[in-house]
Amino acid sequence: MSQILPPDVVLKVDDLSIVYRTDRGDVKATVDVSFELKSGEAMALIGESGSGKTTISLALIRKLPKNAVVTSGEIFYQRNDSVQDVLKLSNRQLREFRWNECAMVFQGAQNAFNPVLKIRKQFEDTAQSHGWTDKAAIRERALSLLQLVRLDPERVYEAYPHELSGGMKQRILLALSVLLSPQVVILDEPTTALDILTQRAIIDVLNDMQRQLNFSIIFISHDLSLAAEMADHVATVYAGQIVELGGVNDIFYHSLHPYTQGLLTSVPTLEHTQDLLQSIPGSPPNLIAPPDGCKFHPRCAFADDACKKDSPPLTVDVGAHLAACWHKDRLIESRKASV
Amino acid sequence: MSSPIIELKHVYRSFKSGRQIVPVLQDINISVNPLEFLCLVGESGCGKTTTGKIICDLLPPSAGMVNFEGAEIASLRGEDYRRFRRRVQIIHQDPYASLNPTQTISEMLSYPLLRHKLAPNRRGVLQRVRELLDLVDLTPVEDFIDKYPHQLSGGQRQRVSIARALTTEPSVIVADEAVSMVDVSIRIGLLQMMMDLRDRLGVTIVFITHDLALAKYFAWDGRIGVMYLGRLVEIGHTQAIIRDPQHPYTKVLLSAIPEPDPEKTRSKQHIQLRSEDIPRLTELPRGCSFHPRCPWYVDDVCDRETPELAIPLNSASDVEVACLPLQQGRELQLHDA
Repeated sequence: MSQILPPDVVLKVDDLSIVYRTDRGDVKATVDVSFELKSGEAMALIGESGSGKTTISLALIRKLPKNAVVTSGEIFYQRNDSVQDVLKLSNRQLREFRWNECAMVFQGAQNAFNPVLKIRKQFEDTAQSHGWTDKAAIRERALSLLQLVRLDPERVYEAYPHELSGGMKQRILLALSVLLSPQVVILDEPTTALDILTQRAIIDVLNDMQRQLNFSIIFISHDLSLAAEMADHVATVYAGQIVELGGVNDIFYHSLHPYTQGLLTSVPTLEHTQDLLQSIPGSPPNLIAPPDGCKFHPRCAFADDACKKDSPPLTVDVGAHLAACWHKDRLIESRKASV
Repeated sequence: MSSPIIELKHVYRSFKSGRQIVPVLQDINISVNPLEFLCLVGESGCGKTTTGKIICDLLPPSAGMVNFEGAEIASLRGEDYRRFRRRVQIIHQDPYASLNPTQTISEMLSYPLLRHKLAPNRRGVLQRVRELLDLVDLTPVEDFIDKYPHQLSGGQRQRVSIARALTTEPSVIVADEAVSMVDVSIRIGLLQMMMDLRDRLGVTIVFITHDLALAKYFAWDGRIGVMYLGRLVEIGHTQAIIRDPQHPYTKVLLSAIPEPDPEKTRSKQHIQLRSEDIPRLTELPRGCSFHPRCPWYVDDVCDRETPELAIPLNSASDVEVACLPLQQGRELQLHDA
């Protein structure tokens, strides 16, 4: 491979575009998406349902549905100075790549366990299909991970899924996801559908795990609070595009895209004063026939003729904070005026 | 002070599950005053939805009394009961499941009008349907009136649900997680519309949610009731509860919630529970059902007697809590191991 990546980059996505072929036309679910994930870093993809967050993550492990076509782009993965293009891996290499290098915990994953197998068997199956043979070694590794996610390892390891609560299953899945020491773990809506106190336990466990095992996380969420709490970098996804990308403080305190800003002003807080909230008018576009120009323009307060004609590029203004908007200045000014 | 529009007195509700009896609600006492914003919050299984259904008489209580405008619902007959049905409506959580997929919006909204003879003739019905769609901002009305639910987005469907609840000119609407399944960017718009309906139509809304931040926004000038395992554990003015939660469970909940502000959420102190296991409703612990998890548990007090809601001794506010140590005026002290 000719591609050379900086040593601390584990994953680099370049100009990725994906369409779903459907009877009604091509759904442009991912458009020119590029980003880098550094070692040990947590990155959040935030956006609403149907924005294409899950499509991006499925492409990373080549698990797209059959009607999906990658129309352009490359996904580079680096371990120990050797770089692979994930999109060019053979089936055999792909089996190695998945779970050894990159694991994914799906949305509503509490239902991911086989109900007739004990947790032990499900750990063993995963390890054995990746070449582990020593059951005692698997057990030792599994128990230490179950300990790390704050469960009673001995009890849980010999349990059937129905004996466990949703929060416990979610934690077991987190333990299972790092069984083979992957560098990247993808979490799709890791705390959705869990109760508040269970959510808190999962967040704390994830933070512990990341500190101890030092893997990188990509997590997908519509919950801004979760991103605020866990992410180092945040990418806002709208209509299949990354419209803003930056450090967590950049995004939350100095957002440069009206959509991100709109999301932030539509979320209530627990502050001791009443929030001034506002919804974003309209609804997300149809991805079969998205609007011309900036896809957010029909819902945007700053939109003018330029926005209707040309799609703004994702460009840097300060540091490593990127945003795709023609009117960043006006956004900044309006924020100053409202304070 | 006006008399309450809805009153629950010592309401119990249990369900049979196989041979077991599951007590889902125990000794619920709530008064809803006309035009107040009341929010019931709690985690799944706390009984908030069951409470909502009991208010609408979609479920009868196993014991206790539910009053509407001072009259016990169970005693209403004939026209009185039909009037209650018209006056109390519910909005369900899932707009994908609660609308009949084979009916157009117009059919859906006409039916209650015809059923309750709320319009003089066909033309009157259509006129009213148009007014309702206008009221929930589904405009231009022509674009929506003949559509089927599958042609609408989640937010639009939930507006139809709200319009449907409004057909019978209710005085009370129970909104059960009415915005939870709607995208973040349009959630607040829906909520603001519902808050606005109170002022425009004089509807009292009981809002049920698991999201405390949303509850705070909705009921800022109203009250929040916090439920845990079938009981109300704290109820009082929203601002008092958010600023200074009293009941240990409320304290733990508020401390656990992440906030959409990186610095704040990362510096937040999280209170650790003594146990993360949620007791089963069929095996509720003796005494206060939160005591096995409560960080401030007091031996020989909390595991003896079941606390009822009361204003704690020496309390400056009128927030009621169901916690014996607080009611006895004790300082909460962390229980060691």
